[in-house]
Amino acid sequence: METLLNDFSIGLFVMQTVIFLVLIFIMVKFAWKPIMNSLNDREEGIQNALDAAENAKLEMQNLQADNEKLLKAARAEREAMLKDARDMKNKMIEDAKGEAQAEASKLIAQAQESIESEKKAAIADLKSQVANLSLEIAEKVVKEELSNKGKQEKLVESLLGEATLN
Amino acid sequence: MTIPNLVGAGLIVIGAGIGLGKIGGSAMEGIARQPEATGKIQTAMIIIAALLEGLAFGALFLGK
Amino acid sequence: MKVTQHSFKFLVLVAALFFGTLAYGQHHEEKHQNDGGEVNTNEEVNEYILHHIKDSHDFTLFSYTNDAGERKHVGFPLPVILWTSEGLVTFMSSEFHHNDDGHAIVERKGLKFAKIHGKIYELEQGATRVKFDEDHHATNAHKVLDFSITKSVFGILLVGILMIVAFTSLARQYRKKAIPTGLGRVLEPLVLYVRDEIARPNIGDKYYRRFTGYLLTVFFFIWVLNLLGLTPIGFNVTGQIAVTAALAIFTLIIYTFSGNKGYWGHMLWMPGVPVLIRPVLAIIELAGAFLIKPFSLLVRLFANISAGHIVVMSLIAIMVVMKNELTAGGATALSFVLAMFITLIEVLVAFLQAYIFTMLSALFIGMAVADHDHH
Repeated sequence: METLLNDFSIGLFVMQTVIFLVLIFIMVKFAWKPIMNSLNDREEGIQNALDAAENAKLEMQNLQADNEKLLKAARAEREAMLKDARDMKNKMIEDAKGEAQAEASKLIAQAQESIESEKKAAIADLKSQVANLSLEIAEKVVKEELSNKGKQEKLVESLLGEATLN
Repeated sequence: MTIPNLVGAGLIVIGAGIGLGKIGGSAMEGIARQPEATGKIQTAMIIIAALLEGLAFGALFLGK
Repeated sequence: MKVTQHSFKFLVLVAALFFGTLAYGQHHEEKHQNDGGEVNTNEEVNEYILHHIKDSHDFTLFSYTNDAGERKHVGFPLPVILWTSEGLVTFMSSEFHHNDDGHAIVERKGLKFAKIHGKIYELEQGATRVKFDEDHHATNAHKVLDFSITKSVFGILLVGILMIVAFTSLARQYRKKAIPTGLGRVLEPLVLYVRDEIARPNIGDKYYRRFTGYLLTVFFFIWVLNLLGLTPIGFNVTGQIAVTAALAIFTLIIYTFSGNKGYWGHMLWMPGVPVLIRPVLAIIELAGAFLIKPFSLLVRLFANISAGHIVVMSLIAIMVVMKNELTAGGATALSFVLAMFITLIEVLVAFLQAYIFTMLSALFIGMAVADHDHH
């Protein structure tokens, strides 16, 4: 401890104190303050740039989300339009089919009607012809009977055979 | 330096050595357990070691 | 390319400084004296080392004995400034002719001065030479207040100027561009390191700005002086107890005057403990704040740096003292290897001590300004 105190130089202590005070003053005023300010400015600048980049990214994301939404809407609309078109087509086909059916059945009905009437006419014609024929036959038979017995029978027979053909 | 002075200095150094060893050892252990806390452990270790060192030097100079 | 140009300029500057001192250095010739002449024995080595770690009034780079047996010193004298009973006295240290045991007398204003073991004494009226008692204490002379530009003061001034030049140039660089170049690129991370690793975490985000200037100044001051102490120029500034005491007292003043209500409350009237214990705690806390903290700061730095110098010089001295046992070559090799190893460690210690001093200062300041909201 004594050596320690003996080594202590008051002069050096005072000089150190004074010089160091001046040094602190000069350094703070001309070095540390500007350096710290510039460093802070720079850091703030970097922070701001980072924030701006983050914002831009967010905006981008929003934009992308908007685009996505629009695209979705467009797709939905297309889907709806396509569905309408398909429905319409189906309906048209359905309608056409119905009409065709109706037309066809109408035609068929007409055809049947005409067939029926033709048939009736034919039958009527046949009836009249049969009547005429039977009359003729009866007339001939009567005529034959009147001339030849055997022949008459033969004739009847052949006539009958003819008649069954009809 | 007289003999008692030297013995005292030796005792101080032994004590400080044990203390520093414990601090360093515990810090190593801590770092091994939690390597992610290395910086904090080192700072705390240096501070405590510095305080111990100051104590040891103070004692050494009182005897000088 | 630019970097090499700068480093070249720097080298030229250093060389100019160095050889300039040699050129202007005075060659003193005198008879062999007790001023660290040739060093051969253990005692002489001890003497030489102890002489080195003390402050000195002149700047001696090296000395040698020429063929005629005369002692020559290469270096330059520094001004001696004394506050005596007759007022201010100044003269150059060369007037002592490197005498350190009181035989060279300088007369100014009718007063006689002698230098004994690095201290300047004023002789009493009528005395013509210094008389010594058995313990080699001067009996007819007393110490004077010595504000000389000693080697240490010279070192302090040198470092101060270096710091001002380096950091104002860094500050100027920021005016033109955001990212410094050259030396500034080296200094900027250090500044950021002190701010972000020492000041901010220990003092707190709210208050650290106010103290960053002081902490930065202290850090670079101690670090550069520690490193200068490792060069052969032979400064031992941070190993001077007066210097470290001044630094510690700066920290003491700063944390004492920036202490807030919570800090003083905790120190003088500790809440949360029985009332009877509070005065006892107050005494302990006061002693801690005003004695132990600054004392540990100043002693640590002083002792580490002095010890480092002593160890390095002792290892270098192996070359001389073990010449007979190991032959000249062996002793030189051993001393070289050991000294180099320890010097590398000392480079680390130089940084570590600056870091610890700054760190503890920041910690003490942080304790003083911390918000005690939790009560």
